[in-house]
Amino acid sequence: MKMRTALLGAAALVAFAPAAFAERGADGHVNVLYWQAPSTLNAYLSSGTKDVEVGSLVLEGLAGFNEKGEVIPRLVESIPTVENGGVSADLKQITWKLKPGLLWSDGTAVTSKDAKFTYEYCTHPDGGCAQAARYEGIASIETPDDLTVVINFTDPKPNPYTAFVGATSPILQAAQFANCLGAAASTCTEQNFKPIGTGPFKVVDFKVNDVVQLEANPNYRDPAKPAFATMTVKGGGDAQAAARAVMETGEFDYAWNTQINPEQQEQMAAGGKGVFLNGYGTLVERVEMNLTDPSPDLAEGERSTTKHPHPFLTDIRVRKALSMAIDRQTLVDIGYGKAGRATCNLVPAPELYASANTDCIAQDIEGAKALLDEAGWKDTDGDGIRDKDGKKLHILYQTSVNPVRQDFQAVIKSWWESIGVEVELKQVDASVFFGGDAGSPDTFQKFYADVEMYANNFDGTDPEPYLAQYLCDKIPGPDNQWQGENINRFCDPAYDALVKELSVTADMAKRGEIAKKLNEMLTKDSYVVVPLVDRGRLSAASNTLGGAVLNTWDSELWNASDWYRIK
Amino acid sequence: MLTYVLRRLFIAIPTLLLISVVIFFLVDLAPGSPASEIPLTVPPEVRAKILESLGVNAPFHVRYLLWLKQFFWVEPMYAIDYLFGTDYAQGAQRIISYSSRSPVFNIIIERLPQTLTVIGTAYAVAILIALPIGIYSAYRQYSWVDQLGTFVSMVGYSVPTFFTGVVLIVIFAVKLQWFPSIYDTTLRITDWGSLWKQIHQMILPVAVLGLYNAAEISRYTRSSMLENLSQDYVRTARAKGMSERVVVLKHVARNSMIPVVTIIALGLPGVFGGAIVTEQVFKINGIGAALIGAIHANDLPMVQTITFITAILIVTFNLIADILYGVLDPRIRYD
Repeated sequence: MKMRTALLGAAALVAFAPAAFAERGADGHVNVLYWQAPSTLNAYLSSGTKDVEVGSLVLEGLAGFNEKGEVIPRLVESIPTVENGGVSADLKQITWKLKPGLLWSDGTAVTSKDAKFTYEYCTHPDGGCAQAARYEGIASIETPDDLTVVINFTDPKPNPYTAFVGATSPILQAAQFANCLGAAASTCTEQNFKPIGTGPFKVVDFKVNDVVQLEANPNYRDPAKPAFATMTVKGGGDAQAAARAVMETGEFDYAWNTQINPEQQEQMAAGGKGVFLNGYGTLVERVEMNLTDPSPDLAEGERSTTKHPHPFLTDIRVRKALSMAIDRQTLVDIGYGKAGRATCNLVPAPELYASANTDCIAQDIEGAKALLDEAGWKDTDGDGIRDKDGKKLHILYQTSVNPVRQDFQAVIKSWWESIGVEVELKQVDASVFFGGDAGSPDTFQKFYADVEMYANNFDGTDPEPYLAQYLCDKIPGPDNQWQGENINRFCDPAYDALVKELSVTADMAKRGEIAKKLNEMLTKDSYVVVPLVDRGRLSAASNTLGGAVLNTWDSELWNASDWYRIK
Repeated sequence: MLTYVLRRLFIAIPTLLLISVVIFFLVDLAPGSPASEIPLTVPPEVRAKILESLGVNAPFHVRYLLWLKQFFWVEPMYAIDYLFGTDYAQGAQRIISYSSRSPVFNIIIERLPQTLTVIGTAYAVAILIALPIGIYSAYRQYSWVDQLGTFVSMVGYSVPTFFTGVVLIVIFAVKLQWFPSIYDTTLRITDWGSLWKQIHQMILPVAVLGLYNAAEISRYTRSSMLENLSQDYVRTARAKGMSERVVVLKHVARNSMIPVVTIIALGLPGVFGGAIVTEQVFKINGIGAALIGAIHANDLPMVQTITFITAILIVTFNLIADILYGVLDPRIRYD
């Protein structure tokens, strides 16, 4: 009974803790570990998650996303919608209203001019703005008064929450960055390392790729927040050491991206000093099928181009058989544990866009064999490998160098061999595979293999640009320096038409319906993309850190203003 | 002597230029591109613009000559400006890192203190341990001290630091919780308490690196001592009635130092260059960690600059070692 009372008491204390200590800086110091250390705090100069997320402690957008992917106000009174008149009926204009009285950490007022300046900063023709995509399709930005930002789009924009929304599109202070436009951006070291922001913290010291020291922003809009007076964001080491520092030694309160194998996850959890937080976003590990012929016998410049269709992967029965032979749950258990789940979808989230497609989850070796038989692939010479018209069913399967991917390759190879497919594995260093060098034969865009495996996701909550990657005109080839995103060389006029329809549909329910259909056209209807694992985020939080909620739609540190110390 | 030094310095110039070309070529031709650091969510047009603004697309010789000018002309001017408050540089373009978009030399200067304190201390500790052990184990060959010394140095030399480092962390940081597993670079030494904290966090990395370096130096000392102990002049010295102390420490030790000095001097650039593995394991974030991070990120200006500085240091310390020979052995003359 006593124990029970004590526990209840402790629980009550925890529940009331934030209320009881609701005073800025009352909880002292908090230690955060980003094992890939931040190189800059200006999200416009780096597309790296580590930089964007640590920067989000200081710089904020007008609005952000919560852990459910919903748009939440930050610097504005409310979220503009068509219903409340904030978005025009023709979807070509959005009007944001700033909260009155907002101050930058240096004490000057935040105005709509800062937003307009930020737009000019990122869209400057001589600058290499990493987040330029967030400002695409904007015709002009007007600032009728100090608190109003009006964005005019060139075309109707069903999802207007791109510019100034989320950690990848924060507002910069015009006064501070005035001399940093265009090519001058990289000479502004001081500004990029110590930006003045509106976020809960401000930078005291920044050491490149090492450590950032922050303190509570004295002008933060909520006078009771943040609870921590100071924060250190340290970098270095690897995911395993980061997990250890929170879960086993307790030196740190929060560690970002502690992606370690399931066995180690259990070991670390036994340390008892912290918990793993996980959340699912849109990152999907998948096998992509090449619909064109990657044969080395073809001339350079014709290999893996639409001139030569693939000899057997153009047959949906072969693609489907390959998908059926895979046991996705086993892959999750081998590689990701708590940080992954089996999926059949290319767009696994948000809920509105996620198809209920679960056809592929159950492995069906016999079914796969029957399907290959039906397609005319039979083992006529008894060597265990199917053949047809004198050609063997041989697959070159490539991916990047990464321990989990090599485990996956080995397991999938054994399943495919069991249905009579000969599999040759190939690994390419990640910096080459994803490097996009048009001169290299080993990039994922060139796709000089039959199938390849990697992971991809989309920025924010709207899958439209992501699904639009599979349009016919986005096929990479020698004519566009191999820069297209449609790496399967998938081309279906019906798909193109549906993407076009999506781009002019504003009704959310209707958008969801179209996105689901597009997702299914690529996955269960055609097996061009074979999703394997929905990869979540896995971070570690100390038992004494309260308020940490993992958010995969915005910065992981999105609610650092609400963090507190559990006493 | 002076002419010799000048001649050596003169020869060093083409050597270093050649080294810089080779490094630039190697890093540039190595597969991989800074583009691989940009997430796939960034559209190709934006990606191309980012690369353009980094200057990656310029031809090889343009980038090399620009780097050369920045390294030997612009950066020294910035250094002079910084030291004397002048303005010779006039905002000329410095060597900028791809990943942080900040001057490479600022990063190096930011990282030197922790590399010098940790790696330097480890090296000093290693020398202080290795010399007595090497001398004594040669003097009392096959004694238990010699056997133990041999065993420890074999272990120290053959077990890699990424293994000893992690083992020490698991034992002393995770299980016993005596020492931290992560080095705090923000610590300022202001009083005894913070000095103790600094020593406290240095113990594990210094132990790992010290063991490794001491193993090597003590083996060289021992073998060199053994070689000298059996020489005629040692017998003569003893016959003259000199004490064992004078024979061993004054005559034999001094004569045995030549190979040891080479080893120590050639190891010193490593102190500046940092210890890549140990810095990673203990999150010291010094020069070594910066180098490996830059290699992973294909940050060419950073890799090029750090490796080239290391090359300069190696050439310099080679020269210093050669001069020290003359000091240690009056028979060696460079005229």
